[in-house]
Amino acid sequence: MAAKPQIVPSPPKAFRADPPAFLVTMESLQEIKARAEAAVSGAKIDIVPNPGPANQPSLLIDNGHAAAVARFLRDDPALRLDFCSNATGVDWLDRTIKKTVKVKKVVDGVEKEVEETTEEKIPGHLEAVYHLCSMTHKHGPVIIRMRTADRAEGARLPSLTPVWRSAEFQEREIFDLYGVRFDGHPDLRRILMWDEFVDHPMRKDYRDPDDYEYEPTPHDEVLEKATKHYAARPQLDGAEALRIGESVNRDP
Amino acid sequence: MNRESKMSATIQTLEPPERPPTTMTSRLDGELMEVSMGPQHPSTHGVFRMNVALEGEIVRKLKPVFGYLHRNHEKIGENTSYLGSMPYTDRLDYFCSMTNNWAYALSVEKLAGIEVPERAEYLRVILAELTRLQNHASLLGFLLSDMGAWGTPLMYAFREREKILDLFESLSGSRMMCDYMRFGGCRCDTPPGWMERANKIVDVFPRFLDEFEKLIVENEIVIARTQEVGKLSAELAINAGITGPMLRACGVNYDIRKVDGYGFYPRFKFRVPLGEHGDTYDRLMMRALEMRESVGILQQAFEQIPAGPIVNPKVKIRAFRPPVGEAYGRIEGPKGELGFYLISDGGTNPYRYRVRPPSFINLTLLEDLCLGHTVADVMVILGSVDIVMGEVDR
Repeated sequence: MAAKPQIVPSPPKAFRADPPAFLVTMESLQEIKARAEAAVSGAKIDIVPNPGPANQPSLLIDNGHAAAVARFLRDDPALRLDFCSNATGVDWLDRTIKKTVKVKKVVDGVEKEVEETTEEKIPGHLEAVYHLCSMTHKHGPVIIRMRTADRAEGARLPSLTPVWRSAEFQEREIFDLYGVRFDGHPDLRRILMWDEFVDHPMRKDYRDPDDYEYEPTPHDEVLEKATKHYAARPQLDGAEALRIGESVNRDP
Repeated sequence: MNRESKMSATIQTLEPPERPPTTMTSRLDGELMEVSMGPQHPSTHGVFRMNVALEGEIVRKLKPVFGYLHRNHEKIGENTSYLGSMPYTDRLDYFCSMTNNWAYALSVEKLAGIEVPERAEYLRVILAELTRLQNHASLLGFLLSDMGAWGTPLMYAFREREKILDLFESLSGSRMMCDYMRFGGCRCDTPPGWMERANKIVDVFPRFLDEFEKLIVENEIVIARTQEVGKLSAELAINAGITGPMLRACGVNYDIRKVDGYGFYPRFKFRVPLGEHGDTYDRLMMRALEMRESVGILQQAFEQIPAGPIVNPKVKIRAFRPPVGEAYGRIEGPKGELGFYLISDGGTNPYRYRVRPPSFINLTLLEDLCLGHTVADVMVILGSVDIVMGEVDR
């Protein structure tokens, strides 16, 4: 068999594919927002801009009408977002956003452009993000998100599993790793961590427990930790015999 | 002689037993028995457990239990630089490290707005399709193994897989943990003669497919074990977010290579095979048919691949900081839609690093597929979903 040549000239420019057409939405987010707000009375939807080059802005949906808006997005004949591809959580700590705006001001009788910095404090919250696509119309993704009021232990959001079954395991995962409770989820249990586990490991302020096994010859900060871990316990007979650096399985 | 006569004598002296006749009903009737299948079981493809409620041999309830391989990949990704996560994506679905690399690289390229040179895109397509070939071949081998054809078919598939892994090794230095893609291209160009070797392997691959399909298509046992087993309707599959060959077996035409047209897939002619019944047999056949299309794509790619740079020189390797924003990128992995969702706060580490694992979400419907079938069918259905626990548990 004759080997084919490794290098051949590049195909003609006319054959060049367009850039990946991922954001092929039928209508802009403004139109979707307007139609959804008209269809679901009382719904309040904000557009969250995305400053990066990916150009994937998202819709922030109020928790009270989330299920109704989700049903609208799924069933509307023009949108038909029947496929919830990805559902995930995000943990936002308290943050301040600095905005610099150029303002015209009259200084000493002369109009000047002055930069003004405003600080906006956003309290911490947990977020659930859903990436929706349409298998019928082959467009997407439309990104929707919901926010909890705060990062407290009992943070709640409405579940979208009744609308898209694919959120079933993913919402369980958000609950497991972020601690968001989903109202209306049919089977909200931990999924990756074990049932007895406390705390939610994907939170930004998560601190890992001090119960792992230490290395046999600990040093530096592990030694420090191990010293605390293996502190003498006089209440247990013989327990104080175990010291750092000694093999546990030593001969008698 | 003596002993026999003695025994017959004792039997004759025994009095007929006095016990009430057994009834045809027992207190066990109608009761469900709970069985824990796994986590250590050859057919669970890793450490995966199912709590199954059985009525006799029929499955009445099934709850998958995950997390035996959970190491919180996403948290590790948040504490590592963008490039630092690249070798770690190899460990997600350790059968398909090349496609994992590509999905991650694609998402970061979306996040930072990076362009990829032409040769690198072609190399990515070639490697992704080679990955698809070896993944599907070994899946079919495993599935036949689950059905009781121990060893032989799996070794046939692994023989072909070895050839492709050898290619990966000579290209990237590692058979399975390739760590080959970089943001804006690939790590290194092909060694001399690599393209010819790959071309030869792909050219003879259809011969293996002919032989292997004969083992499956008209095999009486395969037909009896898979047709009408684990049927899935298209509506339910779409609603449950099933992707990949499992979705297309239900007749839904959704292939991200066609829908998004990422990479250079619009330049290649290939068909998307679709099933009719959505049962296990169709899922099996999807893999066989997709391998034929992959061979076609590869042959076109070998002809078209141009010379040129393989990585975008403008991309910073050290102190790589994408602009503030978020991006979701996805590709058609061998198992389904593999996506990465990244949020950048302008730092060197991603603020949020999320993997959308296809095999985890495809397991959503495992219970629906298995209800009413026997325990033996559960293993076949699970095998046809195509899971790798490194990706499911992350």
